[in-house]
Amino acid sequence: MTTRKKMDLKDKLLSSFIAFENNVDLDHPVHEVRSEAIKNFETKGFPSKKEEAWKYTSLNNLQKVDFSIFPKQEAALDYKEIKKYFLHEIDTYKIVFIDGVYSSYLSETTHDGVDVCLLSAALTKPQYKQIIDVYFNKVASKDESLTTLNTAFSREGAYIYIPKNKAPRKPVQIIHFATGNEAALMLQPRNLIIVEENAEVQVIERHQSLTTNEVFTNSVTEIFAGKDAHVDYYKMQNDAKTASLIDNTYIAQKDKSVVRVHTFSFGGKLTRNNLNFYQNGERIDSTLKGVTILGEKQHVDHHTLVHHAQPNCESHQDYKGIFGEKSTGVFNGKIIVDQIAQKTNAFQQNNNILLSDKATINTKPQLEIFADDVKCSHGCTIGQLDEDALFYLQSRGIPKKEATALLMYAFANNVLESVRIPELKTRINKIIANTLGVRVGFDL
Amino acid sequence: MLEIKNLHASVEDKKILKGINLEVKPGEVHAIMGPNGSGKSTLASVIAGKEEFEIKKGSVSLEGEDLEELAPEERAHKGIFLSFQYPVEIPGVTVTNFMKTAINESRKARGLEDMPANQMLKLIREKSELLEIDRKFLSRSLNEGFSGGEKKRNEIFQMAMMEPKLAILDETDSGLDIDALRIVANGVNKLRGKDNAIIVITHYQRLLEYIVPDFVHVLHDGKIVKSGSKELALELEEKGYDWIKQETVV
Repeated sequence: MTTRKKMDLKDKLLSSFIAFENNVDLDHPVHEVRSEAIKNFETKGFPSKKEEAWKYTSLNNLQKVDFSIFPKQEAALDYKEIKKYFLHEIDTYKIVFIDGVYSSYLSETTHDGVDVCLLSAALTKPQYKQIIDVYFNKVASKDESLTTLNTAFSREGAYIYIPKNKAPRKPVQIIHFATGNEAALMLQPRNLIIVEENAEVQVIERHQSLTTNEVFTNSVTEIFAGKDAHVDYYKMQNDAKTASLIDNTYIAQKDKSVVRVHTFSFGGKLTRNNLNFYQNGERIDSTLKGVTILGEKQHVDHHTLVHHAQPNCESHQDYKGIFGEKSTGVFNGKIIVDQIAQKTNAFQQNNNILLSDKATINTKPQLEIFADDVKCSHGCTIGQLDEDALFYLQSRGIPKKEATALLMYAFANNVLESVRIPELKTRINKIIANTLGVRVGFDL
Repeated sequence: MLEIKNLHASVEDKKILKGINLEVKPGEVHAIMGPNGSGKSTLASVIAGKEEFEIKKGSVSLEGEDLEELAPEERAHKGIFLSFQYPVEIPGVTVTNFMKTAINESRKARGLEDMPANQMLKLIREKSELLEIDRKFLSRSLNEGFSGGEKKRNEIFQMAMMEPKLAILDETDSGLDIDALRIVANGVNKLRGKDNAIIVITHYQRLLEYIVPDFVHVLHDGKIVKSGSKELALELEEKGYDWIKQETVV
C-alpha cells in the first residue's frame, strides 16, 4: 500500500499541465498562449483575501480539496434523468459536456450558415485558424490568475461563430454536467463566442452537478459583438450546494452593439462572477442584470466592470439580492469612463434584502470617471421590506408571511422584464417563487 | 357593526386620537369630515390595524369582537376594507395576481378552497366593467405609474372584488376629476346594501353629493366635535372649518 502526500491544488495544477501538454499539439500557436498563461498562474497562484478584489471571497477551502484535474473515465447520462436541467420547452441548439467531456448524443450542433460547435474543433481544424488567430484570448485577461489558469488548460468548451447578418434559428444552450464519478472534480471550460456585424445570438449557460461530490469550475467565456450585433446571454446558476463556480466573462463590443448578460444565482456553494465589458465603439449598449437568492451558507460574489472607452455609450446594471440564513453576498461594480468617452450614460443599481441577522452583503460601487460630460448614477440599498407595502397587502387579507414572500418575489421579478426568451422567464419565475415560498400558478 | 368607544391612539407617543365615540350600524353610510391634521386618516389606519398606531385607551370592535389584537389581514378576513388615500406602488405584482392572491388567501382563512379560475375571471371582468377599467390595466404592475385617478379607481375595484362588510374610503375623492368621481361613486353605491356599511372620510362635501351619507361627523383635534345629518356637510362647505373650531372653543 502506498501513501501519497496530498499536494496543494496549485502544485497539482502545475504538474497536471505537463501531463496536459502530452495531449495537445505543441506546435499550434495557441500552445504558446497556454505556456505564457501557466507562467502567469505559477507566479501569481490563487488569489487571496489580501487582494482587494478578493477581500470577501476566500478560495482557501477549495484549495484544500484533492480535485481530479482530468476525469479518469467517461461517463454517460440518460436524457430522461437530466431533461429537467435543459430548457426543453423550446427547440434549441445544445452543447453538452459530461465531466468536461463533450457528449455528442446529448448535443445538437450546427454548421448551417453559423457555427455552433466545439472549441476543441475550432482550435485544431485548419478552417477555423483565421478566426482563432483574431479572437482567441484577445479580450480575456492575460494577467488575472484564474483566467490565465483557464487559458493554460483551454482545450474544450463551446465555440459559436455567427457571421455577418446571420442569426441562428434558435437559442443555444451550453450545459456542463458533473456526474460524481470523481470524488472531487475540477473543470475548466473555455467558451468563444463571435457575433459579427448585424448578427444575433441568444445563449443559456448552466453548470449542473448531479451528486453531492465536490465540483469546482473555473470557466472563461470570451464574447465579441461586432457592429450592430445583438447578444443575449443568460447564466443559470442553480447548481448543487457542493459545487463552486468561478465565472470569468469578457465581452468586447463594437459600434451600436447590444449585449445583455443576465445572471441568476440561486444555487451553488461558492460562486464568483467576474463580468467584464469593454466598449470599443460608439453608441454601444451594455446591460448587466442579476437576481441572487441565497440561504444556508451560500456565497455569491458579483464583480462587474464596464469600461467606457468611446463617446455616446450606455450601460445599465441592475442587481437584486435576497440573503437568508448565513448566506453572504458581494457586489462590486466598477465603471471606468475614459476621458474621451463623453456623453456616457452609466447606470448602476444594487438592492439587497437581508432576511436574517446572520446574513451579510458587502456592496460597493467603484466609479472612475475621467470625462466631464457624463451621466453616471449608482445606488446601493440594503434593507428590509417596505412597511407600507406590507401593510397594504395585509389589509387586503394577505397574511404577513405570504405578503413578505410576495414582495420579495416582486422585488426579484422586476429584473426579469428584460429576459427575451419567454419560456426561460417562466422557468426563472417559478424558481424564484419556489425559493421564496410564493404560490404562483396565479397566472391567468 | 362597528363600535368605537373612547378611542385614544398615538404614534410615537404623539397623541392623535383623543377620545372618539362612533357607532356604525349595518346599511349605514357615515361621513367623517374635518380639517387637515384632525386625525381622519389615523382613525382609518387604526381601524385597519396599522402597527405604528398604538391604542392607548378605549376600544374598536366589529360585530362585538375587539379588534386590537388582530393583525391587519385578520381584520380584512372579517370584512374590513380600507381604500387608501395613497395606494402603495408595487412593481412586479400585477393587479390581477394581487387580487387573486388576496381573494384566495381570504377564502383560505375562511376554510374555503381557491376560487376556480373561470369564476375568478368572470368576477374580475364583472367588477372591472363596473369601474370602467380597461382589461390592459389589469395586467399592469399594481399602482406603478398609475395616475391619481387610476389609483383610486383601482382601490374601489379591489373593494368591489372583496365585498367587505365595512368599507372605509380615505380621501377617495382627492385627485379625481368629475367623471372619475362619478364612476367611483357609482361603484361604491352599487356595493351599498342593508348588510354592509361605509365610512367616507373626506375633506370636501363634493363626494357626498354622489355617495349620500346618513350621518356626518366632524373631527377636530382627535375628537368628534359635531354630528348631524347630510345637511351638516353643506353647512361646513358654506361656513368652513373655522366655524366648527370657534364653536368648539365656545
